[in-house]
Amino acid sequence: MSATLDIAAVRAAFPGISDADAYLDSAATAQKPAAMLDALRWAYTEACANVHRGVHRRSQLATDAMEDARETIATFLGAAAPEEIVFVRGATEGLNLLAHGLSALRLQAGDEVLVTAMEHHANLVPWQLACDRVGATLRAIPLTADGALDLSALDEVLTERTRILACVHASNSLGTINPVTELARRAHAVGALCVVDGTQMVVHGPVDVQALGVDAYVMSGHKLYGPTGIGALWARRELLEAMPPYQGGGEMIRTVTLQSSTWNDVPHKFEAGTPHIAGAIGLGASIDWLTGLGWDAVAAHERDVLDYAIAALDTVPDLRRVGTAEPRVPLLGFVLEGVHPHDVGSILDQHGVAVRTGHHCTQPVMDHFDLAATVRASFAVHSTRAEVDRLVDGLLAVRTVFGRRST
Amino acid sequence: MSTLYEGWVLEHSQAPHHEGPLDEATHEARCDNPLCGDRVTVRVVLEDDRIAKIRFQARSCAVATASASRMTDLALGLSRTDATALATRARQGVDPKQPAPEPPLEHLAIVRDVRSRRRCATLAWEALEQALNAPETA
Repeated sequence: MSATLDIAAVRAAFPGISDADAYLDSAATAQKPAAMLDALRWAYTEACANVHRGVHRRSQLATDAMEDARETIATFLGAAAPEEIVFVRGATEGLNLLAHGLSALRLQAGDEVLVTAMEHHANLVPWQLACDRVGATLRAIPLTADGALDLSALDEVLTERTRILACVHASNSLGTINPVTELARRAHAVGALCVVDGTQMVVHGPVDVQALGVDAYVMSGHKLYGPTGIGALWARRELLEAMPPYQGGGEMIRTVTLQSSTWNDVPHKFEAGTPHIAGAIGLGASIDWLTGLGWDAVAAHERDVLDYAIAALDTVPDLRRVGTAEPRVPLLGFVLEGVHPHDVGSILDQHGVAVRTGHHCTQPVMDHFDLAATVRASFAVHSTRAEVDRLVDGLLAVRTVFGRRST
Repeated sequence: MSTLYEGWVLEHSQAPHHEGPLDEATHEARCDNPLCGDRVTVRVVLEDDRIAKIRFQARSCAVATASASRMTDLALGLSRTDATALATRARQGVDPKQPAPEPPLEHLAIVRDVRSRRRCATLAWEALEQALNAPETA
């Protein structure tokens, strides 16, 4: 596979991307390639039917396509089998499912759940709720000044009472990639399970859940160039089999009487109701499209844009980057001293540059840096150095609006 | 270049009126915008049900700070009833489904087309409303 990306072809593959503006907010949601949109259209036309119980041709078509997508995701994540992949609404639902199921399985009063101080609220609040339900204690691995996990504190916070370690693979506000293999090993050493939020990671490089040695892994579809409303959860089969169902309804049962029910096999036990069929098919298509470019080429291109952006942002006066640790995914958090991130974002928007501003659903990260908010520029496979230049021009204009001269 | 960052937003955000603590406040309230972390605290001294003193403190963007500054100019001296009514009009005034805001709130019109910034402009007005309805501070 070629190690260079035909960037013009990649950009042309996205109907929503043009040189009219610079979309630097892919970490919030990615733009969609035509291949994915075509798959959605196909799913809602040629294969528009409900899945699994239909005997007619369209239902077979839809069922096959959805199960093909499950297989695609299983391969994408390095799962042992497609049955280990559960379709969920998104990473948030996946993490809620795990917090619900694993706490039922493993968590009792006096136990501890360990998270990190850089979790997205989606991998923090569900564990808070779970701990509250059973009377367990939530602890957190603190952060260093550059936005990495402070592993020197691990011995203190990871204890014999830790039952679950839930951590983000790559931080959505800092960009830091965490040493998940090491964390999983340490968790297992005290008998804890390791749950990983891979939402930002899977977009930028290959993931192999078995090689990582983790117990459960979640990802979102819409940040992976797929549709909104679909995501995937992987967990080791024995965990899926042991966990109680998350929602009740059709599809997840084997037999139902007025008094009780028995459960369908995994993964269907966790897929109550009609699933997001088209979403699953669309996600499979977006993964096929992305991996078809070749990870080496994608990663090399994104790293080039990231390095260019780091150097370029560091030339902007009064700009301070928030989260400088390596290794990292291609996103950069920063503040412009004296100007609120919201104002930075609004003015950049008027310059045709889309960035995210706010706490990025990571308020503890903001607290760590004593900030209310940051600006985040995030890069994707279609990002270019020219877009970085446009960002920098916009930032210089922000300074002009607020009466700051270049120094 | 930018309608949001011309005129009063820039002027008031860089030199806000009535900014700072108000130790003798009889009523106060803090409003947060959980979406962006903006935070505005409004403190007033009510005398005979009239706003005799008002001050605000903000950790917020230029739009929220400037709007808070203008709010204090407008609310100072008003009765509790009139100030509450003005706060209601301010909240309605940023809603593009409602008629454009009339004086003295016409400045709020600039955020009507910018959904993401409407709350910034109304945060101080919400804090004022809550302060006026809050129990007297000890």
